[in-house]
Amino acid sequence: MNISNSSKIAIKALGNNKMRCFLTMLGVIIGVGAVIAMLAIGQGSKNSIKAQISEMGSNMIMIMPGAERRGGVRQSSEDMQTLKPADYDAIVSQATMIDRITPMVSSSGQWVNGNNNYPSQAQGVNTQFLDIRQRKVADGEMFTEADVKTAAKVCVLGKTLVNNLFPDGTDPIGKIVRFGSIPLTVIGVLDEKGYNTMGQDQDDMALVPYTTVMKRMLAIDYIQGLQASAIDENQTDATIAEITNILRESHKLRPEQEDNFTIRSMQELAEMISSTSSMMTVLLAAVAGISLLVGGIGIMNIMIVSVTERTREIGLRMSIGATGRDIMTQFLIEAVIISVTGGILGILLGGVATWMIKIIANWPVQIDPFSVILSFVVCTVIGIVFGFYPAAKASNLDPIEAIRYE
Amino acid sequence: MAKEIIKVENLKRHFKVGEETVKALRGVSFTIYEGEFVTIMGTSGSGKSTLLNTLGCLDTPTSGEYFLDGIPVKGMNKNERARIRNRKIGFIFQNYNLLPKTTALENVELPLLYNPAVSAKERAERAEKCLREVGLSERLYHKSNQMSGGQQQRVAIARALVNNPVIILADEATGNLDTRTSFSILTLFQRLYREGKTIIFVTHNPEIALYSSRNIMLRDGHIVSDQYNNDIKSAEEVFRSLPVETE
Ligand SMILES: Nc1ncnc2c1ncn2[C@@H]1O[C@H](COP(=O)(O)OP(=O)(O)OP(=O)(O)O)[C@@H](O)[C@H]1O
Ligand SMILES: [Mg+2]
Repeated sequence: MNISNSSKIAIKALGNNKMRCFLTMLGVIIGVGAVIAMLAIGQGSKNSIKAQISEMGSNMIMIMPGAERRGGVRQSSEDMQTLKPADYDAIVSQATMIDRITPMVSSSGQWVNGNNNYPSQAQGVNTQFLDIRQRKVADGEMFTEADVKTAAKVCVLGKTLVNNLFPDGTDPIGKIVRFGSIPLTVIGVLDEKGYNTMGQDQDDMALVPYTTVMKRMLAIDYIQGLQASAIDENQTDATIAEITNILRESHKLRPEQEDNFTIRSMQELAEMISSTSSMMTVLLAAVAGISLLVGGIGIMNIMIVSVTERTREIGLRMSIGATGRDIMTQFLIEAVIISVTGGILGILLGGVATWMIKIIANWPVQIDPFSVILSFVVCTVIGIVFGFYPAAKASNLDPIEAIRYE
Repeated sequence: MAKEIIKVENLKRHFKVGEETVKALRGVSFTIYEGEFVTIMGTSGSGKSTLLNTLGCLDTPTSGEYFLDGIPVKGMNKNERARIRNRKIGFIFQNYNLLPKTTALENVELPLLYNPAVSAKERAERAEKCLREVGLSERLYHKSNQMSGGQQQRVAIARALVNNPVIILADEATGNLDTRTSFSILTLFQRLYREGKTIIFVTHNPEIALYSSRNIMLRDGHIVSDQYNNDIKSAEEVFRSLPVETE
């Protein structure tokens, strides 16, 4: 007998028991749907992390004070003060692989304009910060090198701060606002960026010359960190090595001494985050895969019942000339039809679920075509594997006994 | 001389049941020629079904020779026997054994489904022709559970004819039917006999021997008599004489 005849027989047999057939399929449908949705969530969050990294600049390098943090051991405040303006000067004068670099110091506090308050930060940076972060000043202008030298009392505000401090819509340029007790003249407004993919407000930002933050706000002689951009994003490791050498020399560290600073590239960070998210994806997919396995066992269960129930039919088919192989093919095809139809419906369900997650929870999701193909293949394999035992059982029946079976 | 369709020599079939051996057939020999209508009779447990299963290549004898249409069946493997059942034998069972929820036409097509040489078109044509022969041309698309016992047995007979078998094997084909319907089925068998079909009809009803051309009696796995019937009674006449029951 050929496959098309076997398929006809199998489809007819399944049609005789639609409800049962559907319930059996349900296990596979839910399993596949879960796999598709889980992988879509994993893929989506991976993509969003990637997008965010490139948003922030994949050539970005961060230099932090203190030795590399391990095992959550807290470092003393002294360790956190190892980066000085002299280090910044050393890097600026010696580094060859760095495009831009800015010191980073920030102070938290209340921004005030008359009756309007807004709790935020004053981000102390130099003029290169905008290039590193790929930001622009939309209105007015950025402070200058001269402002940095003189620790001028000026600031460039993000849109969120403008909206909160000037709710009536007056032009903030030239107005004087206070950060804590320090009056600052607003000389520019940053371009509007909205929320990033992690849900942070990128407009909740106020830039001040870093010298102003150090001298006038915090009264410190160290900097909290440095952000730089490498000339070549493929050379970040070499760039890190170069900065390390400069800083070790500047700190006069002996060869046996550990670095008292930490350098991270955005790429490293990206890898760290995406490896965590890959692990989550694998875990989620494994849980979903188990439900698919349960679906497969459901198929086997119902096929065994079906073989017992149809013993007489099998006996009859054999007595009129069906070979064991014909019977085997028929039942295998039945199992595969259940699992593959379930798989297709499961893919649709997964698609709908993914779409709903996107609409309702506003998560970044993306269905990977590979996961669809994979589910399809896995379903076929499940049908064959779990259909095999019942089908073999059917094909080994003795026709005389089978036809007499009550 | 007519063609030998079935030839068995000293056929034995022993069943092992625990420690004991049940001897269902204890050495049976006979030859059936083309065009014979043979009834096989005997009390319950005399070995009729065992013999028929062996002749139908469903069962293999413990010893002895069996030639079907000149082919030695002994030594055939499972698949070869399935093939010979499909091409050379038409089976009719006591309880019809139709597929449930399936139309008469599809039931009759069934044996041809397992014969790749027959196309879908030819399958439908042959099935329809056989159903017409057994008088069910009006019932092609009725499902098996929508038909009476007599109609179901006619479908089963059509199914046994559809592959043009060299022999038709019936085991208690009228066992489940009332007298009138039994005679209508018997009339059909007599017609097939007149058309030249070879038939073996197993029954424990001695009356039926009057309507066949030859009768073999079994007792305890032996043949106790093998007689030709020169005065075959017409089942159709009996059928006509019986009052029509309200169904
Ligand atoms: N599979 C089997 N295993 C063991 N013994 C069997 C088996 N099949 C048949 N027998 C025995 O063989 C003997 C003949 O059985 P068979 O079914 O051929 O009788 P029968 O003439 O068809 O009877 P009935 O008229 O009741 O159908 C019986 O004693 C039966 O118990
Ligand atoms: Mg019997």
